[in-house]
Amino acid sequence: MRFALIFEIAKALMLARMKQTMVAAVGVTFSITMFIALLGFMNGLNDLLDGLILNRTPHIRFYNEIKPSEEQPVQFFEELQGYYNIIRSVKPSGARVNIYNNEAIITTLKDDPRVLGVAPKINVQVFFNVGKVDIPGSLNGIDVAEEDRLFAFSDYVVAGDFMELQYTTNSIILGKGAADRIMAEIGDYVQVTTAQGNRLLLKVVGYYQSGLGELDNIQSYVSLGTAQKMIGEGSSFVTDIQVKMHDFILAPKTAKEYSAIFNIQADDIQTVNAQFETGSDIRSMISYAVGITLLVVSGFGIYNILNMMIYEKMDTIAILKAIGFSGMDVQHIFTTIALCIGFVGGLLGLFFGYMVCLGIERIPFETEALPTIKTFPVNFNPKYYMIGAIFSLVTTYFAGFFPSRKASNIDPVEIIRGK
Amino acid sequence: MQKQKVIEAISINKYFYSPVKVQVLKDVSFSVNKGEFVSVMGKSGCGKSTLLYVLSTMDTDYEGKLLLNDQLITGQPSHNLSILRNEKIGFVFQFHYLIHEFSVLENVMIPGLKLNKLSREAVEHEAMEKLRIFDMQDHALKKANQLSGGQKQRVSIARALINNPLIIMSDEPTGNLDKKNSDLVFGIFRDLVQEFHQTMLMVTHDAELAEKTDRTIWMEDGRIISHY
Repeated sequence: MRFALIFEIAKALMLARMKQTMVAAVGVTFSITMFIALLGFMNGLNDLLDGLILNRTPHIRFYNEIKPSEEQPVQFFEELQGYYNIIRSVKPSGARVNIYNNEAIITTLKDDPRVLGVAPKINVQVFFNVGKVDIPGSLNGIDVAEEDRLFAFSDYVVAGDFMELQYTTNSIILGKGAADRIMAEIGDYVQVTTAQGNRLLLKVVGYYQSGLGELDNIQSYVSLGTAQKMIGEGSSFVTDIQVKMHDFILAPKTAKEYSAIFNIQADDIQTVNAQFETGSDIRSMISYAVGITLLVVSGFGIYNILNMMIYEKMDTIAILKAIGFSGMDVQHIFTTIALCIGFVGGLLGLFFGYMVCLGIERIPFETEALPTIKTFPVNFNPKYYMIGAIFSLVTTYFAGFFPSRKASNIDPVEIIRGK
Repeated sequence: MQKQKVIEAISINKYFYSPVKVQVLKDVSFSVNKGEFVSVMGKSGCGKSTLLYVLSTMDTDYEGKLLLNDQLITGQPSHNLSILRNEKIGFVFQFHYLIHEFSVLENVMIPGLKLNKLSREAVEHEAMEKLRIFDMQDHALKKANQLSGGQKQRVSIARALINNPLIIMSDEPTGNLDKKNSDLVFGIFRDLVQEFHQTMLMVTHDAELAEKTDRTIWMEDGRIISHY
């Protein structure tokens, strides 16, 4: 009842100065629209660029690193314990790149509730024999179905059907750059030689294009079985185990945990790709800064309009005070006006911001480097709309705060006598 | 029988400070009894309006004591004074001071809604009744700025009455009206005192009007010089 009256008076004052009130609200609408559009677009781009790397990168990668053994035989020699043992020119041992007991590791990982999925991989260094020239390349032997489920493999296969890799024996999906260089069409056969000297004819069933030129020049894909055959190993041979987590924040902790249990090397995504996070953070910071600046400017607009309104409505304020409204009540009336402007302007801003985002999403954006992208990317995360809504209310509240306090301090006697 | 004092001022002193310290009220003491129609007379600048604003509780910068219904109100926090003004005091000003954004009816209702003792419907009914006293019921839905001066003043009297206040204070209520309207408004005041036993305090410089009240307090130079 009490608030209803204050609201009623606020409404009447706003309707009396409809035009000014609308100008103030349009200011808020405009800044919130821009805020939403900017953040949506910026974060859409961020997601795209991050996704370029992060979606395809396993959250944790288990592998055996080729490095010198940390424990040299001399350290096990009891009589020399407590001495300084200096060994020069240590070389890496002919370590097995195969992950020992990988089937058990994969089963264990798959049972972990934090893990979304596990995909084994084999890395094979090869040469493509093209006429007299040998072009170096790197083949990834993958579990096609799992690779697609976890790392969106099919998104980057720009020609041919990616599942052919599994159905056709001795097939290969060539990196787009590599394919251009060896001039291999789909259906052609390419001859590869492995580092071990095995030769094999592989049928090209598709092209792979990630958008990172350097990667596309050397990276190609074969099935897990083909890779094992090429290097003459059995079906238990796996060089990498890639893990995708439900929540990739947990990756470093999980990596450390399993690295200790299985006694193998584990890299987590945060360590490997720290620079991407930094880039995204800075981009969102800039968008927030621009958005907030716009809002502050519209806040000054509201401040001005409320000040004017208070000068014009001195009589009304005086009479309200004379008939028993306290300074607080008067302050509430003008704060209510400010918040109404913020609320309505903000709400419209969110709506128009959403419309602008829909518009941006329709603008064609085609680039060689990004085969899956046809239009500009936009992020529609409700978080930005929440932030926009809260900001619009907070800035208008503060813009209204000082004028309302001035109104509450108006001395009615001065106004009434002053006539 | 001892008459009940509605408002009592005890040795009120007031100063204006800018540009120099001037004493505008000098040891003013008087009281108004229930049901009395008292006028304060004096030349312009004698401090009569200043006195009224001190009595109205809007001006708190004075020395002395002010009692409303035998209750000391000097020194109370402004929030309490607001509530007091809302409930116990009605105002009629020289300039009509209606709120132009609202209809006549709403203008009359606002102090009642602010008091928040009756439901909205009940306040509306009360407001209609008050307007009917002044024969203004047909104008209830007009905007305040569509009325003539005399009509506005009648509406503001209706507004002053809405919470059935202890006392109605008015500052030159007829000062801005022509003879006809001013007689009309004064007539209403008389009726209110006689029929509803409403206590009234009116500031005026019109000796003719003042003569028609129950009691006139003459002021000169910040002092009460006669009292009859």
